[in-house]
Order: sequence, then structure tokens, then C-alpha cells
Amino acid sequence: MTTAPIHPTSETSMGFGSRVHSWVISVDHKKLGMMYIGAGLIFFVLGGIEATLMRLQLLKPLNDVLTPHGFNQMFTMHGTTMVFLVGMPVLLGFGNYLIPLMIGARDMAFPRLNAFGLWLFIFGGLLLYYSFIGGDGLYGMGGAPDVGWFAYSPLTSKAFSVGHATDYWILGIMVSGFGSMTTAINFMATIVCMRCPGMTFMRMPLFVWLMFTVGILVLLALPVLTGAQVMLLFDRFLGAHFFDPQQQGSVIFWQHLFWFFGHPEVYILILPAFGMICEIIPVFSRKVIFGYPLMVAATLSIAFISLGVWVHHMFSVGLPPWLNSIFAASTFLIAVPTGMKMFNWIGTMWGGNIRFTVSMLFATGFLVMFLFGGLTGIMLAVVPFDWQLSDSYFVVGHFHYVLFGGTMLAVFSAVFYWFPKATGRMLSEPMGKWTFWMFMIGLTLTFFPMHLSGMLGMPRRVYTYQPGRGFEIWNLISSSGVPFQIVGVLLLMTNIIKSLINGRVAGPDPWDAWTLEWATSSPPPSENFPKIPTCTSPRPLWDRKHPEDPDCFYE
Amino acid sequence: MLTLQTNLIRAGAFLALCFLITLSCDASASAFAAAEICAPGTAAAASSTAPPTVPTILPNIFDPHGPPARMIHDLSWLVLGICAGLFIVVEGMIFYGVIVYRRKKNDKSKDEPRQVYGSNPVEIAWTIIPLLIVFVLTLTTVRTIRSIELTKAPEGALNVVVIGHQWWWEFRYLDDSFLGGEVIVANELHVPINRPVWLRLESADVIHSWWVPALAGKMDVIPNHTNYTWFNAESEGLYLGQCAEYCGNQHAGMLLRVVASKPAEFDAWLQTQIAPAVNDASVAMGRDIFQEYACSNCHTVKGVSDGQFAPDLTHLMSRQTIASGVTPLDPTTLKAWIDNPQALKPGCNMPSLQLDPQELDAVTAYLLTLR
Repeated sequence: MTTAPIHPTSETSMGFGSRVHSWVISVDHKKLGMMYIGAGLIFFVLGGIEATLMRLQLLKPLNDVLTPHGFNQMFTMHGTTMVFLVGMPVLLGFGNYLIPLMIGARDMAFPRLNAFGLWLFIFGGLLLYYSFIGGDGLYGMGGAPDVGWFAYSPLTSKAFSVGHATDYWILGIMVSGFGSMTTAINFMATIVCMRCPGMTFMRMPLFVWLMFTVGILVLLALPVLTGAQVMLLFDRFLGAHFFDPQQQGSVIFWQHLFWFFGHPEVYILILPAFGMICEIIPVFSRKVIFGYPLMVAATLSIAFISLGVWVHHMFSVGLPPWLNSIFAASTFLIAVPTGMKMFNWIGTMWGGNIRFTVSMLFATGFLVMFLFGGLTGIMLAVVPFDWQLSDSYFVVGHFHYVLFGGTMLAVFSAVFYWFPKATGRMLSEPMGKWTFWMFMIGLTLTFFPMHLSGMLGMPRRVYTYQPGRGFEIWNLISSSGVPFQIVGVLLLMTNIIKSLINGRVAGPDPWDAWTLEWATSSPPPSENFPKIPTCTSPRPLWDRKHPEDPDCFYE
Repeated sequence: MLTLQTNLIRAGAFLALCFLITLSCDASASAFAAAEICAPGTAAAASSTAPPTVPTILPNIFDPHGPPARMIHDLSWLVLGICAGLFIVVEGMIFYGVIVYRRKKNDKSKDEPRQVYGSNPVEIAWTIIPLLIVFVLTLTTVRTIRSIELTKAPEGALNVVVIGHQWWWEFRYLDDSFLGGEVIVANELHVPINRPVWLRLESADVIHSWWVPALAGKMDVIPNHTNYTWFNAESEGLYLGQCAEYCGNQHAGMLLRVVASKPAEFDAWLQTQIAPAVNDASVAMGRDIFQEYACSNCHTVKGVSDGQFAPDLTHLMSRQTIASGVTPLDPTTLKAWIDNPQALKPGCNMPSLQLDPQELDAVTAYLLTLR
């Protein structure tokens, strides 16, 4: 066995073509993870451009920046992109990069399957975006899909969706969905089989626990969407009538299938963010996570309950009162384990010695914004209140607080935290602080007023609105938040590029952290660890740094 | 530990109090409605199309004008109150932690703070307290669901069938008391005040959603699945709303107007709708063009045509707007609409028939007589 770590920086001696080639053929979980994140960030920019166009159109009433059809394509592509091509791949990318390092393994259980999953995601995304060119099909109608990311039938039937735009939506998502399923299998196999000696389940970092749970949810939820999409293809091409109301098919059936996938999907997008926060807050508070066993229990309860709340997306469908009541109760219930997590994070900060690095700033921003999104979620679970709020701009405000204020802020926090590990270089802290405040101001300006316009009666997915209904001012403020977010994204990109060129060298453990990925060099050698580490507690590096007061005494 | 127990007892007492208040206050009591948000400038731009006597009531969920909307409104203040309380407490904890426990500027020591691995009593507390809050919320929610989601029409209700079309609304009055036959109107629903209105919701094509926030919450309008909903307008006015489920190109152009008036005025309106279409010989040319060209394939004018795909025009001029509320109805807009509907409402299903100027004037003149 070699003792000197092999540095990927030896690549610099290669030509450009062979460097690209080495990435394309790679089955290394670290390269695949970075490609997931990189591709996800490119799609993030595309989804952001779509959102910017929508906010321009809604700047004032009866505006005509976009046609109605163009606007409908924009919100469909924005939602689909952000959920399937940004949220999932970026989070799976972090999982890919970090799980083997955190559990002290040399790679994922199935490296080739891992590469297969990445390329399926990339080709699925390209297929979806090809619809801008190829969606016209033979009928001279279409372009990008315009059925919403939820694709409610019968709008997706041949009668209302002429051309092939909807087919690109189905196939693009299906292909990238298969990629996500293989990755979920890989995560679970890796976590179950590849942990280093001493790493019991209750010693795994919480991020690994959260990704394990995400793997379960992906495997339970995504196949339902894929199945529904196959049925929709049957309807569109083979004359089936699953969702065709003219032939006694049921359009509500689609909604049940979609949301049986769609609600666990929300947790697939937020649980990895929880995992990141569970790693970052302790390190910068200089304290062990408060209530580790409760955090694990809360994670598993969230996953379990999240499979039984989907009807809260359908409260205005006209389902019977008892059914609405049951799903209201289950939705309220999921607030309890989520609340436990929130309190445990605060409990971790309590009595700590908090270092406000940019990463910790984003993590605190996550707590502040996610709390707000969670509380508006409780309002939406109150069925009669939801009869007013559902499908209004209030919902748009709510889930952007959860998914942008929650997931994306956690991802930015994670980028600042693990970038030194992945590249060996630090990101600029002053520039990062500007990025943080730009996003906080931009998010609040854009998404808070949406709650108000929703309560004043503005429905979602409208390409324009009438003057004189009290919507103007709130939409103007919403749109005015966009430049701040654009500046935030540009600053982040500049920061990354500058740091890659001449960033400060990080060293193996710049944050004085406690999990195994910091026990190897930055960037890690291709086999991760020169010698497989052993694990004595949930914080193996704490034990090495504090032999007088190790964690394993408290197990 | 003593302070913890005291705090737990206090929190428990507070919750018990909340619980008792919720149980004792009737869902319709306005205890939580004290801080009602009223939209300023109620009769703004939209009122230019309404008769001056009828106030325009904006689609504001905090300005309810009937039982379902008011019950929701009262419940929503309770929920907003609980969530605001939680928000203040938890954000307060976050900011307190951030300010008190941040590393001080002059702190150069390498000592780590005391490691606290957890605390069973504290963790049990923040499991039990949310559970109690959730329990209270569930009870109040279920109670309000049961009083709003009716399974049969309220006593003495006016029955109306609502049919959602891409992108307009059709209303059919189904009441035995209407002598002289059925009344079919489009986009503007007329109702008497202080009488429940029972709506049967059906769709001709895709899913739409009925939403007039000042009167009631929304209810989806679904093909091959009949839904019911109800409201009871308590004050006269023009209530604004619009389709709330994405239904294709012109989802934003599927606006809703409910005109609530005194029973006598409503009856008078009903009589004008039951009357046969005006047949004015001076606009015969326009009527002939209407019949010969594609207009009659989609539009009904009683005694002239029987198209089913588009709004009934028998009493077109009794309405305030055209194109499902997108624009006020007057001779200029009507002519512009007939000439090129795609300019006013891009993507709508009405084609431009490329009429020459005389034909256009004649058809407009004919339609202007349909009062």
C-alpha cells in the first residue's frame, strides 16, 4: 500500500483534452460529486434566468414582456429545473462527495452505477432543455412544456397539449429520475456496507444519516412518479385512458400519484440541507450536536410521516371532510419532529463559542428563513385557511422560503464549508459576507411580499394581473429583490473562480472539525485515505484532538 | 432544573388557556378578528366598469362578506396568532443565541466550550409542547371543516350550475321558481343578498377553480367529477375573483365577477334574462352575418343560433365586461374584440373572422342591441 497521497493536482501536467477525458470516464465519487454540483449550478443559472423573466413580466399589471404562452413555459421550466435539475443533483452531489469520506470508505459501493446515475441526470436535463428547439414536433405548436411542473391532466392530454413539449417533460424527468434512483440505491448500499471499523450506525455523522433517509424516500417516491409518467405516455401514444375524463379516466388519480411522489420530494430536497446544517452548526459553535439520538429519531419520523401527507396539496379538490381532516392532522404532526430539529440546532449554539464564518452565517440564515417557511406551512395545513391560500401567491412565498431560504442557503453554507476540502483552497470570506447579505436582502424582498399578494387574492401561475386589486405594490417589491439575488450569484461565481486560481491554501482541516473527511488531505487523494481510518465515536477527530475528554466516554 | 420545571408549568398553563379559549369561542365569533386588515381604496380602478351605486369588493381574504369566508377569516387569525407567537419565541432564541454566544473579538483562547450532549427533560419538553399546539390546531381545523364543507344544499338556497371553460365561466340557474325556462349567463354571476347560493361545479375541459375570496374559499372545477360549494353574500356589491387553478394559456384572463343585489333587484335582473332576444329589424344585416359566419357555431343567441362552445350572447349588453372580465364592455371594446380577439386576450379560443369594415360595423351594431 502506498503511503504518499496521490494528488489530483498532478492532472495539471495533462493537456486540456485528456483532462476533460479523465473527468468524463471517471468513476471516482469525488469527481462525480463535483460534476453533479457543477452541472446543478449551471441549471441553477438557467432556472434563475427563467425566474428573472417572470419577475420582469409581473413588474407591473398588464405588462407584455412575455406572451401568455411564454410565461407559462417559463414557470413550468423554472419549477421543473429547480426541483429536478438543481435541488436533487446538487444535494445528491454533496452526498456523493461526502458519504464515502465521512464513513471512512474508499469509494461508493457501485462506482460505475454512480457514473451511470450522473450521466442519466445530465442527459435527462439536456433532453428537457432540447424541448426549446425540438418541442414543436410535427404540429407547429409548443416549444418548451407549458403544463406546470406538476403537469395536471387533462392539460397534458393530446387534446390540450399538442406537439411534443409534454413528451420532452415526461422523458427528461423520467431519465434523470432513473439516475436519482440508482444513486439512492448506491447511497444505501454504501452506508450499510462500507463503513470503516468502529463506525456503528449511531456513530455516523448526521449528514450520512440524513442521506440514508433520503435514499429510502427516493426509492419509495420516485418510482410512483415514473409509473404515472409511463401511464401518461400510454394515454398520449397508445390510446389508454388513465387520466382521460372523456373516457371515465380520473384526473384526480394523477394528482394522487403526483403528490404521493411530490410531497416526499419536498423532504428529499430539505433533509440533505438538514444534514449539512447538522454538520456545520456544531463545528462553528465549537460544541457537539445537541441530542444526537433525538435527531436521528426525528429524521426517521419525518421520512415516515412525509409518506402520508400528500393530500394537503389537494385540499381544494373537493375530497370528503374526514379525508381532509386526517391529512390536516398528519401534516400538523410532521411539524413536531421538524421543530425538534430546530430546537436541537439552537440548543447546539446555546453555550457555544460561535465563529461567524460565511458558512456559519448562511447556516444561521437557514435557521431564520426556514423557520418562517415552516410556520407558513403550518398555516397551509389548516384546511379552511388553505381553501383561501392554496394556489395563491402565498404558497409561492411559502415554498420559496423553504426551498430557497432553506435548501439553497444550506447549500451555500455547505459550499463555503466543504469547498476547501474539495479544492484545497479557501473561498474569500469578505466576498462571501457580501454574497450572504445580498441573498438575505434579495430573498426577503422577493418572497415576503408574495405572502401578502396571495392573501389579497392573487392566484399563482398568472401571466399578468388586473390593476386596482391591490397587487401592484407587492409585485413591484417582489421584482425589486431580483437584482440583489443576481449580484449574489455573480459574487459567488467570481469568488469560486478567483479562489480556484489563487485562493489561500486550506490545509487538511481549516475549520478544526471533527468528522473523518477532515482527517485526509485537501483535496483528498483518489483512494481517499492512505490507510482506512477507525472510528471511536460520532466525532472521531474530536477524540484524537482531545484525548483527555473524548466523546466515547459519553456514549 | 427548577427554572425548567417552572417554565414547563407556565407553558402548560398557557397552552391550556389557549385550548379553553378555542373551545369556548364559537368559530363565528370575531374574537380574533380585532385587527382586521382592510384594503385601502376599495373602489379603485376596477370600479370604473361598475354601476356607481354598487361598491366593488376586492378579493381580500381579510375582508369577508359571508359565512364561509368569515369562518375561515376567524380561524386564520387564531392560526396567525399561534404562528406569530412561535415565530417571535423561536427567532428570539436564535438571535439571543447568536448575540450572547458569539466568539468575542478579543477572545484568543483555544479552549473549547463545555460539551453538552443533550438533555432528556429539555428534549421531552420541546416534543410535548409542539404536540399540544398541534392537537389544538387539529381540533379547531376539523371543527371549521365540518361547518363549511356541507354535503347538501342549505335550506332555501339558490341553485346554480357553474361550468368552467377555457377561459370563461358559464352559469346556469336551476330553480323551479323561474317561470319561462332556463337562464344561462356568462362570467358575471348575479345573486340576491342574504340567501345561500349552492353551486354545482362542472368543467367542460380542464381543471379550473372557483375563487371569490370575500365570499368563500376556493373549490376546484374538475372534468368528470362534480363538486359543490356555497356562499351567502351579506352585503350588496360587485365581488371580484378569478380562476385559481392553472388551466392553460389564458388562466390569468379567466376573471370572475359576482354581483350581489337586493332580492327585488335580483328578480328584476332575472326577468331581463328570461326575456327572449331583442329582434331589431334595423340591424338585420349584422344578424345575418352573425348567422352565416362562424359566430353562430359557438355562440347562442336565443332564436338565432345555438352554439355551445362560447358564451351565450342573448343578453350580452346586460353585462359589464367581455372576454371573461378582461375588458369593460362598450361599443369600442366590443368592436375591437370582434375584429381581433387575439389582441385583447392572446391565445383565447375565439378566432378573428377577418371581417371587412362594413361587416364589422354591422355585427357590432347587431350585438349592441342584445340587451
